[in-house]
Amino acid sequence: MTTSNLLELRDLCVSYGTPERPLPAVAHVDLAIRPGEIIGIAGESGSGKSTLCSAMIRALPDEARVAGDIVFAGRSLNAMGAAELRRLRGREISMILQNPMTSLDPLFTIGDQLGEVLTTRAGVSAAERGRRMVDVLRAVHLTAPERRVHQYPHELSGGMRQRVLIGMASSAAPKLLLADEPTTALDATIQEEILVLFNEIRDRHGTAIVVVTHDLGVIRRLCDRIVIMYLGRIVEEGPVETIFESPQHPYTRALLDSIPRIDGKRGALRTIPGQVPSLADAGENCAFAPRCARVQPRCRAEIPRETRIADDHRAFCWDLELRP
Amino acid sequence: MSGEAQIAMPLVRVRGLTKQFHARGLGLFATTRPVVAVDDVSFDIPAGTTFGLVGESGSGKTTVAKMMLKLEKPSGGAIEIAGRDIAAHDASERAAYRRMVQAVLQDPYGALSPRLRVRDIVGEPMRAQGETQAAIDAAVPRLLESVGLAREAGTRYPHQFSGGQRQRVAIARAISVNPRLLVLDEPVSALDVSIRAQILNLLVEMQARLGLTYLFIGHDLAIVNHISTSVGVMYFGRMVEIGPADSVLGRPLHPYTRRLVTVASMREPFGSQRLGSGELPDPHNPPSGCHFRTRCRFADAQCAAARPALRPAGDGHQVACHHFEAIEAAQPRAARTA
Repeated sequence: MTTSNLLELRDLCVSYGTPERPLPAVAHVDLAIRPGEIIGIAGESGSGKSTLCSAMIRALPDEARVAGDIVFAGRSLNAMGAAELRRLRGREISMILQNPMTSLDPLFTIGDQLGEVLTTRAGVSAAERGRRMVDVLRAVHLTAPERRVHQYPHELSGGMRQRVLIGMASSAAPKLLLADEPTTALDATIQEEILVLFNEIRDRHGTAIVVVTHDLGVIRRLCDRIVIMYLGRIVEEGPVETIFESPQHPYTRALLDSIPRIDGKRGALRTIPGQVPSLADAGENCAFAPRCARVQPRCRAEIPRETRIADDHRAFCWDLELRP
Repeated sequence: MSGEAQIAMPLVRVRGLTKQFHARGLGLFATTRPVVAVDDVSFDIPAGTTFGLVGESGSGKTTVAKMMLKLEKPSGGAIEIAGRDIAAHDASERAAYRRMVQAVLQDPYGALSPRLRVRDIVGEPMRAQGETQAAIDAAVPRLLESVGLAREAGTRYPHQFSGGQRQRVAIARAISVNPRLLVLDEPVSALDVSIRAQILNLLVEMQARLGLTYLFIGHDLAIVNHISTSVGVMYFGRMVEIGPADSVLGRPLHPYTRRLVTVASMREPFGSQRLGSGELPDPHNPPSGCHFRTRCRFADAQCAAARPALRPAGDGHQVACHHFEAIEAAQPRAARTA
């Protein structure tokens, strides 16, 4: 990995459960995020995508055991004290959560909450606060921003609340914005507007954005790069176009094949047999092997190695090593 | 999938269906303000076919489903099923209706009682219909097998199953009393992506095997397109576009449907059909004329003045937009490249 990366995860492991029966939510993840890129992390329930996202800002619950290193702009997050982390959060790294209904305090107006963020994170003076608040709300295309400042969260729709949260998260022009399922609770046409906002924030501030989602459509339309996870591990990573056009890992292929396309043909959908495994099943083998059409004896005995398909495209599958 | 013999009479015939809710205003002396959740909606579902109902939150699609299930009373209009107005049912017809129409809902976690064994959950509609325990015990293993579960699964509890398996249990329960119509309200939305195709294939296979008729409610257009024979698109309580699935989703004409299809196609760069103002209107105070006009870049004075009626656009396809011909002429969509 080069030093120009904004964030590097090096052999990152996060596990829950007891030391005797660990539940490895994230296992041996290496990942580099470059300044200004939008990267999508996709996976089903239990894939570890949300845990990975929280680890990037060290916002994991206390019982999580973390190994490996998280390096942000050359500084190790693991070595940071609480005060230094607090300065980092909100200024250099911000996070947006899934549920716009509960992420704002219902007892305070939008202006109260946004003003506090501007004062503490962006160092805006009291004299300037009113004007800056309106600027922030206008930047996220909220209609009538002067009026919104005086309204309470319940007076705003879900899409408007998510705009406010995105405005808050980007108000200090962070270097990295983490978004965990940012559009899942929103309707399709509102989702689209939110995705446009993310692109504008990247263009305006050069912010790198990590979007965690189970919705491959969101990633295809928004992201430069995609990381696909299965039961705590990366199974494939590469440029969005490449992965959607020629996926290499059998799980990625099967997942893309199982999704109905609006312009596709009808008839029976290709299915992935079996169930999404649980973390307790994770072992020293390929977690997808029980559902995989190309499974080999080695897949059940050893964790797959990284195979480089191209400089910017890698996958973890024993079958790939044998393919010509 | 579509039957041949039912051209004469559709299984479901909905005409002018309307539902008003009365929400109390704020303040001590405030009067109640009506919200029209469903506004003059009509559609047919021929037996053995699937009607997909599409719309965003607040569009009224779930209220339509609730009225079909007799969980809400219509404020106006009529629902005829198998030739009978369901509001005019007598006691015996009501019982028969409970057998004829079953539902599968979105949340496979909330829909199954955690205290009951799967065999009691699946047998519950039969018990309500007065079947003997012997008949239920004989039927349950067969039902479980028919939805792809083990015959012995009946002794287990819902928490021992994954989301996809629970949805199979809910489907087994729904078909236990040999219904003719299944109301499917977002049946795969809560499932993991790799599990959805399994359930969709099961629904398609069951329809062919049992001759079932489906009302499929969803927000994912690709999934609705996959399973539906015909499709209706609702916006703020009104049907804005309706017709054969291939036509409505392959050649969408209403600006709202065009936008939904663009988002779902994953092909065009996003933002290419950006709206002037993205927010949904206030349901207590909807825009005059066409409800969509505040988000539509083609809107003009006519759209504010008059509510657009559904007008034919060929091949049984109808559109409620004053300007759909002009919009299509100006911006034809590329032919579908499957």
